[in-house]
Amino acid sequence: MSASLATVAYIGAIILFILSLGGLSSPESSRRGNLYGMIGMTIAVLATVFGPRVTMAGIPWIIGAMVVGGSIGLYAARKVQMTQMPELVALMHSLVGLAACLVGFANYIDPMSSLNLSSAEKAIHEIEVYVGILIGAVTFSGSLIAFGKLSGKIGGKPLLLPGRHFLNLIGLLVVIAFGYQFLHAETISAGMIALTVMTVIALLFGIHMVMAIGGADMPVVVSMLNSYSGWAAAATGFMLNNDLLIVVGALVGSSGAILSYIMCRAMNRNFISVIAGGFGGGTPVKKFGGDAQPAGEVVAINATETAELLREAKNVIIVPGYGMAVAQAQHTVYEITQLLREKGVNVRFGIHPVAGRMPGHMNVLLAEAKVPYDIVMEMDELNGDFPDTDVAIVIGANDIVNPAAQDDPTSPIAGMPVLEVWKAKTSIMMKRSMAAGYAGVDNPLFYKDNNRMLFGDAKKMLDEVLVALKA
Amino acid sequence: MALMIGIPRETAAGEKRVATVPEVVEKLVKLGFKVAVESGAGEAANCSDEAYRAAGAEIINGAAALWSASDIVFKVAVPTSAEVELMREGGVLIGFVWPAQNPELMKQLAAKKATVLAIDALPRMLSRAQKMDALTSQAGVAGYRAVIEAANVFGRFFNGQITAAGKVPPAKVFIAGAGVAGLAAIGTAAGLGAIVRANDTRAEVADQVKSLGGEFVKVEYEEEGGGGGGYAKVMSEGFQQAQREMYAKQAREVDIIITTALIPGKPAPRLITAEMVQSMKPGSVIVDMAAERGGNCELTEPGQAVVKHGVTIVGYTDLNSRLAKQSSSLYATNLFRLTEELCKTKDGIIDVNMEDDAIRGLTVIKNGEVTWPAPAPKLPAAKPAAAKPVVAPAAHGHGTGGAPASAGKTAAIFGVAALLFLLVGAYAPAAFLGHFTVFVLACFVGYMVVWNVTPALHTPLMSVTNAISSIIAIGALVQIAPPLELGLDRPDEWIRWLAVAGIALTAVNMFGGFAVTRRMLSMFRK
Repeated sequence: MSASLATVAYIGAIILFILSLGGLSSPESSRRGNLYGMIGMTIAVLATVFGPRVTMAGIPWIIGAMVVGGSIGLYAARKVQMTQMPELVALMHSLVGLAACLVGFANYIDPMSSLNLSSAEKAIHEIEVYVGILIGAVTFSGSLIAFGKLSGKIGGKPLLLPGRHFLNLIGLLVVIAFGYQFLHAETISAGMIALTVMTVIALLFGIHMVMAIGGADMPVVVSMLNSYSGWAAAATGFMLNNDLLIVVGALVGSSGAILSYIMCRAMNRNFISVIAGGFGGGTPVKKFGGDAQPAGEVVAINATETAELLREAKNVIIVPGYGMAVAQAQHTVYEITQLLREKGVNVRFGIHPVAGRMPGHMNVLLAEAKVPYDIVMEMDELNGDFPDTDVAIVIGANDIVNPAAQDDPTSPIAGMPVLEVWKAKTSIMMKRSMAAGYAGVDNPLFYKDNNRMLFGDAKKMLDEVLVALKA
Repeated sequence: MALMIGIPRETAAGEKRVATVPEVVEKLVKLGFKVAVESGAGEAANCSDEAYRAAGAEIINGAAALWSASDIVFKVAVPTSAEVELMREGGVLIGFVWPAQNPELMKQLAAKKATVLAIDALPRMLSRAQKMDALTSQAGVAGYRAVIEAANVFGRFFNGQITAAGKVPPAKVFIAGAGVAGLAAIGTAAGLGAIVRANDTRAEVADQVKSLGGEFVKVEYEEEGGGGGGYAKVMSEGFQQAQREMYAKQAREVDIIITTALIPGKPAPRLITAEMVQSMKPGSVIVDMAAERGGNCELTEPGQAVVKHGVTIVGYTDLNSRLAKQSSSLYATNLFRLTEELCKTKDGIIDVNMEDDAIRGLTVIKNGEVTWPAPAPKLPAAKPAAAKPVVAPAAHGHGTGGAPASAGKTAAIFGVAALLFLLVGAYAPAAFLGHFTVFVLACFVGYMVVWNVTPALHTPLMSVTNAISSIIAIGALVQIAPPLELGLDRPDEWIRWLAVAGIALTAVNMFGGFAVTRRMLSMFRK
């Protein structure tokens, strides 16, 4: 295959990738979108393998590596549970980051890549290598930590080192200093030292950055790392003078950036303050406790009474949160939904953008449980309907239904858009205990007159509600 | 100290409604109020004194005693000056007031140091206010009743039937004005089986007409007729000409015309001329719901049903009283919702909170001070903001999120971007710029495409972008065994192993990412 033919194939692949993302605008077209993505990837890989830059000697290696990686990937994709999607996605981001590092190193030690370059071009090329490895390494270690936190292997609490901003700043200065050395390195082995030091710092930076972020901010982190993996691909594209990589990297990068932005907006926080960390902790929060202690009584109910309320309701809104995912309660939720819908109850789901641990997490879980997507609404779509709702059930969510976000300007979550479940005639909070959510803020909802608390594990309680409903 | 809500007997001629019903009395008592009802107040609306008493109300004989005992009075019709005389100094009045039409009444109420909440002054644009919107609830009842009145005098079936005795064509009904009353009429007439057509100067109501089973008849003239607040405005001469032609055509074709066209603060528009009435089939019916404001039909006689040119023209102005029980219970619920808003503490004490948009709009007199007209409520576009108390995000270092950036900020961003581009342009070689162009454009394409992604699919979006970011495999592929240039000292082994590792890692993503996305997407179903 000639170079021109390969380029044309790349353009085709680019178009298919764009169509693939475009297809996700609705569930109907999304499956076709995914197919476009697969076709695009196949074209891109084949055009490269049979293109002018790969000789026959490489084919066995390529096939071997593809088979090994591919089978691991397919196995993981089949085995993963939908509640573990955030972990899987984080782990996959780390692979992209690592691959970007490896490609960067390989490129640097390859004398062919800088052959016939003028001095300005060579400098640019080296900057590209340096930046590519930097982003790749941050993505790699950051995603690994995110994976650890999401899967519970590392505690969800943020780790706040003293002077952490200062540490990051020093890291940045060192990286720049070594970058200067790297550019002026006479030989490849001299450059390698600078490159290695920078990689280590970047890895540490990635670890530090994600360690400092609390559980509730995970949607932002996951989408940010998604964005980084894209930028890493784009940087690799610059390094290799490959437009396909640049375009795909830019697509992925901007997609992740938009998701991060949407997530930040949903929490009314700014990106920098999320990344600077310290939200999920509890250190700056307690001082609000004293004077703003919500008054009123907490009224607990049991599963039978909950079933009673549901049976008499006409309009029900269910607000799921991370607790539903942890308890794996989505299937029971669906059975209850189905039962109620058969009785003519209008059941809908209200999804807060940051419910769960990654963007769209709740939608996927509900889809897995066969909940039809047309009764799964976004926050803005049904927030106005709560006054007409008889029962609003909150399953394992807390901060996203906290009225303090609207009522109490001193609250740490003030201004965050929330689902107004307290406007329903009755709201039911399903929770294991009275503990505060990830933001560490007490929830005045518990004390509202029309709120009832259903304490216990979400799955267990919902099973009981289901039994009571059937009775 | 719980306040006393008084329900006087309505004194206006022909007014059969009552401001609250026993079911609602119970709820008011639950809110902490005491309720007094004038003996016989609900009689015409089938609510007996016993029923009120059973619901927890006190029955008081005579208007004077009731008015003087009540802290808050619920009324339906606009109070007469005699009634206001009876009112307690500094009392609260809730009901229809029409402050624009009744300046004398306003003066009299202000002199009484009263607080007056005019249910007709409710800012209807607030979605929160809909539960209190008595104009809507009453108009809905009237629209229903208008169809029933028409059916009453119309000599045929509404629905088409094929019987052994022959075929009966369905009645054709034309409804002018698709506001609340018009829509209720459309639904009722369609429910009876008639063929329903409707017209409104506001083109956006076409879908509502269709959803109720009506057919929207357009005026063949381009002009938008929304006048704010859900009302229509006066249209241009050219439009009116086209509209007249359309009405003339409908008049010849249909059996029943129901007109509901009103423009705030103006006499009702004349839609149906005497000639149009003449052109109608004998036995046809016109129900003119705008009779009170002069009528939409030239021949309407307000308050009467008359036959002219063989067409019965119904001009009743008391359609609500003709369905007194229904009107009263809806009105009572509207007032109850309002009371709930006034008494959030549920202790039988009201708080007229002028910070609340809905309450502010309703309150036309506060403690003797005229506060009408209220400043325009926030536009519907600003509704989400209005629903939430304003907080000070800056104080916490939180970003303002979706708020558009200020001009200064935008200028700064553009300035920095320009500087960066200048630097790139000054130092970068041409080959780099080519790639840079592609990069920047791709960022924008990505931006445009991803904004269209529905939030429900954000997780699949992440996994698919993950899968396609394995395109980095290409970087490894080209390193594994490139066509070598002779004489180069290339550490082949090292590069090959790095590349093989890179390919294997990205292959995990490539296959795993697409497979898991596919698995997820196949789960999304209707």
